[in-house]
Amino acid sequence: MEGTADLLEPGLHESSKPAFLSRLRSGDEAAHLITLIFAASILLIAAWLVFELFDSSVEARHKFGWAFFFTSKWNPVSGQFGALPFIYGTVVTSAVALLLSVPLGVGAAIFLSELAPPRISDALTFIIELLAAVPSVIYGVVAMFALVPLLRDPIQPFLNRTLGFLPIFQGPSYGVGFLAAGLILAIMVVPFIISISRESLLAVPNEQREGALAVGATRWESTWQVVVPYARLGIIGSIFLALARALGETMAVTMVIGNTPHILTSLFATGYTIPAVIANEFTEATEDIHLSALVELGLVLFLLTIVINGLARLMVLATTRRGTTQS
Amino acid sequence: MTRHRWRNLVNEVMFGLTAACALAAVCLLFWILGFLLWNGGKSLNLAFFTHLPKPPGEIGGGMANAIVGSLQIVLIASLIGIPIGFLGGIYLAEFGSGPFPFFVRYTADLLNGVPSIVMGLFAYAIVVRPMHQFSALAGGVALSVILIPTTIRTTEQFLRAVPQTLREGALALGANKWKTIATVVVPAAVRGVATGMILGVARIAGESAPLLFTSFGNDYWSRSLNQPTSALPLMIYKYAISPYADWHRQAWAAGLVLLAVMLLLNISARLVLSPGAPRN
Repeated sequence: MEGTADLLEPGLHESSKPAFLSRLRSGDEAAHLITLIFAASILLIAAWLVFELFDSSVEARHKFGWAFFFTSKWNPVSGQFGALPFIYGTVVTSAVALLLSVPLGVGAAIFLSELAPPRISDALTFIIELLAAVPSVIYGVVAMFALVPLLRDPIQPFLNRTLGFLPIFQGPSYGVGFLAAGLILAIMVVPFIISISRESLLAVPNEQREGALAVGATRWESTWQVVVPYARLGIIGSIFLALARALGETMAVTMVIGNTPHILTSLFATGYTIPAVIANEFTEATEDIHLSALVELGLVLFLLTIVINGLARLMVLATTRRGTTQS
Repeated sequence: MTRHRWRNLVNEVMFGLTAACALAAVCLLFWILGFLLWNGGKSLNLAFFTHLPKPPGEIGGGMANAIVGSLQIVLIASLIGIPIGFLGGIYLAEFGSGPFPFFVRYTADLLNGVPSIVMGLFAYAIVVRPMHQFSALAGGVALSVILIPTTIRTTEQFLRAVPQTLREGALALGANKWKTIATVVVPAAVRGVATGMILGVARIAGESAPLLFTSFGNDYWSRSLNQPTSALPLMIYKYAISPYADWHRQAWAAGLVLLAVMLLLNISARLVLSPGAPRN
């Protein structure tokens, strides 16, 4: 809020008052001022959002301090609030999502930018971008009724038989749990990785490819050793954007993670994430401290995604200077 | 195997794998679509669009109130979000220079990436808490906060795509800057700008997380904008996590309707309104 006031002032000061009014009458200055106010309103909204998040979580922040993040007991009845299980669940599901979606997404982006003929590439990209428009509650429904039964019966027992020596593939298979949430998150973020990575790859100058081919590289060698490294910042940026989305995804995860605040190593186990606990408990919370703790979780989520998105935007900006991300 | 043949083999295998990745990604959409068509298509009937929900355990009923509620909430969000985003976008494209527009743009991009549930917390704090009431209004505010950053950025982007020579032509004829913008630049970009707005509205229409504790949901018609209001995505969530088979059936039908609307809006916006326009 203060920022916008400061920025408005120089314009007012630099012209003497009558001159300013006459320019206002000509319309241009008025249009400038009006649109400026609307543009500045976004800064106001951002500042207001931060203020409300801090203000509504003040009770929990004062009462629990940093211990909030390192204790794992979450019991609204006895007034104990430790966020560790939710942080753990958010990190685990996002990690699973990225492990699955990054190879798939980057691979598909390489195909779409390097190998597929432009028309096919555009058509496939169009379909993939439609995936990004599917509402998350629909992913949740598909995950609940199509993915979870599949996990419960053939997939988790199979993983347990073949890779069961690993602690992450042990325990009973309920279907719901970290693995189900990670899988559906992977499906949800893959379109973002593909779309942005493809754009970064397409922005690589053709001389790079031609140079590699001219010294005798195969097409794959040129792609993997020259084109991909050239576009790496954009690709990493796309992964960061995907991570930010995975961290904040609410509905689909709530529907398949099981919603139990435990910290268990097995991916078959049920868990909880930050957005899921906000979604489930916010309307039912009666104590102020409970609400406050949930808002603090929201604040953590907000700050986390702001940092990750900020880095991602800078990286994407650095690689695709032309086109949509241009500033 | 010679080194040459090995390198060629790697070439073919790796590109084959990337093609498989692309194919898998494309298949995901058809898998989701197929699932909803198969399961939801069987349960979709006229009652779904015209009836109120039945109490738990009773078979039948529809989601007429949720459809109307969704329209109300999205309309409120659009009335708030589109003017702000549109005018802000004009500023960024036409007037902005120096560090201030960069700051606005970056803030818009960052807000765009904030999880939608956080916007729900925000709307709860600024609307629900002072009014002591869940309401369609609060839901609309929550969704408008998601809509503003996308509208501001797409408007800017499409206005920037208008050739500079058009502006110069108008100015050379003696038009003011704002007249140039209003009569030349905006009309030239109107298809793209409209596309951006439709895509933005389509996105918020599918949001459910920010509505959980703003519009809250309602099993009956809500009599005013100050009352808890149901929305289609909320009903899908509520019905899908319920233990009743008939509600699952209706959740699939509602999912199909929502997905069909989304795809229709997206495809028509991208293909019909602005073929070849820059994507966002």
